Amino acid sequence: MGTLRFILVRLLNFVLVVWVGVTVVFVLMRLIPTDPIEALIGSMTSQGTIMSEAALDEMRRVLSDAFGLHGSIWEQYGRYLYRNFVSFDFGPSFSSFPTPVSELIGRAVPWTIGLLITSTVIGWVVGNVIGLLAGVYPNRRLSKAVEFVAIFVYPLPYYVLALGLSIVLSYTFRVFPLSAVVIGEPWTLQFVWNVIYNSTLPALSIVIGLMGWWVISVKALSSGVQEEEFVRFARLRGVAEHRVLTQYILRNTLLPQVTVLAIQIGLIFSGSILTEILFQYPGLGTLIFSAVVQGDYNLMMGVIQISIIAVAGAIFLVDLTYPFIDPRIRYR
Amino acid sequence: MMNVRLVLGLVILATFAVVGFILPGFAPEDPTAWQAIGRNRRPGLEHLLGTTSQGQDVFWLATWSVRNSLLLGITVGVAATVIGVLIGLAAGYIGGLFDRVVSFFTDSMIAIPLLPVLILVAAIMRGQLSLAVVAVVLVAFNWPFPARQVRSVALSLRERGFVHTAWMSGESRLRVIVWQFAPYLTSWALANLINTVLVALIFETSIAVIGLSSAGQTTLGTMLYWSLTFQAILAGRWWWYGTPVLAMVILFVGLFLTSSGLSQRSAAIRGRLVAQ
Repeated sequence: MGTLRFILVRLLNFVLVVWVGVTVVFVLMRLIPTDPIEALIGSMTSQGTIMSEAALDEMRRVLSDAFGLHGSIWEQYGRYLYRNFVSFDFGPSFSSFPTPVSELIGRAVPWTIGLLITSTVIGWVVGNVIGLLAGVYPNRRLSKAVEFVAIFVYPLPYYVLALGLSIVLSYTFRVFPLSAVVIGEPWTLQFVWNVIYNSTLPALSIVIGLMGWWVISVKALSSGVQEEEFVRFARLRGVAEHRVLTQYILRNTLLPQVTVLAIQIGLIFSGSILTEILFQYPGLGTLIFSAVVQGDYNLMMGVIQISIIAVAGAIFLVDLTYPFIDPRIRYR
Repeated sequence: MMNVRLVLGLVILATFAVVGFILPGFAPEDPTAWQAIGRNRRPGLEHLLGTTSQGQDVFWLATWSVRNSLLLGITVGVAATVIGVLIGLAAGYIGGLFDRVVSFFTDSMIAIPLLPVLILVAAIMRGQLSLAVVAVVLVAFNWPFPARQVRSVALSLRERGFVHTAWMSGESRLRVIVWQFAPYLTSWALANLINTVLVALIFETSIAVIGLSSAGQTTLGTMLYWSLTFQAILAGRWWWYGTPVLAMVILFVGLFLTSSGLSQRSAAIRGRLVAQ
């Protein structure tokens, strides 16, 4: 009973968070002084599309339909919520008409999730190991050097790392491709190899950025836990050093880490969007960028809604892990 | 013990303040004007850091960019921190239903990925996007971080002995907040402010790098964007793309050193108080 209640409360919270998120986007769209329809038509005609007056009027009608701009503000809001929570139908994409937006998004999502999960896990594990060792042996020269490097790497935005990596590994030494081009039939050996080969640079730029953060924070956390009585007692009792490290110190740094992770998921997601754009990696970031370039409003809105759902969903999943990490947290 | 991070960070920030707010006044010609001087010159005595493909002096253009970037960052940092601290204090201090509603809203705002939203705003306002609009959007999405933390600080302070004492002796709510809470919060709020400046700069440069930031006002991000657009990397014009990248790297590291140095310092002071 307790478990079910715990999950249900978190699930309700997830739905409410998504609701607030899409509502904020809705309000924001209405606050922008520019008329999105005229802006889009302007960008189309400036790109050389020639349309007659009748075609323009028709275009305005189609666009105001797509933007959900007819009816009162409450009717608009109602349709908007229906689209976001029930039908997930964001209409056809303008730039690759008549492919539905949901299909384009469906193709991009696995790429983004794959990139994010792989690089977050690698960055987290490596960052934890280095941070833990540096925190437990704070006076070694290597520990100080590691922290020094981390302090310089962490504040750098992913795109600076991406740029640096591509200058070194693509322009100077042609090890990795400048932009991702994946060929081959799905799930053949060639395809898998291609995916890994093309994803290495984007993943590496995210891994390095994340690692910097985890090294700094895990070092601070573990040197704090290290001072605690129970760690000294375990050492005096003759518990093996690797057990002290993993079972006594690492375990007690996990909870604050997970709390921070939950807050940062949105920021990590934003960073990966940019990395994708820079490497033309076929995920959500590149999709929203091409939507912006081509004035594909349906696609833009679709990607934003999916982003909100994805980030809120990830936070929801992280929330669910709390009781596993710290048994003191009961199902509340 | 001297706080190395804080000192180093402050030195870097002071240098950037000089570069951004004093040097632009000495520019020999308008550094943003195109084709004012020869194009693609290498760094030398005449042009310290060379010139761009549009005939702009890289050094003076960079001072101008630093100025705009700093103005944006400081505006967003101050506004978001003030709003966040006020909302967080109110939630933690008033408590009850108000606190629950505000906390829920704060947590939800944190879950909205900022970059896609910023890209959407930029796409719709295309051409008319100014740094002021970027600042407003950044403030709208960055106040929840300080609000969340101030709330938890306020919650724990409320239960402290000295706050009860002030309360019981008939101090007004406002005086309790100003005289009892503020000293605890100021150094922390300062660290947060610097950190928000960092986040704001990262986001502005992020949309600038993909060509979506304000077209009219040059920042470190738009400077990098133009160098990439004109293939400065392939052409080997390292002075053009290298200058904004190096400036960003040093500025970001300086901001991070200052903010983490400030929080180290306030933690150390708190430790000393407890030890006494």
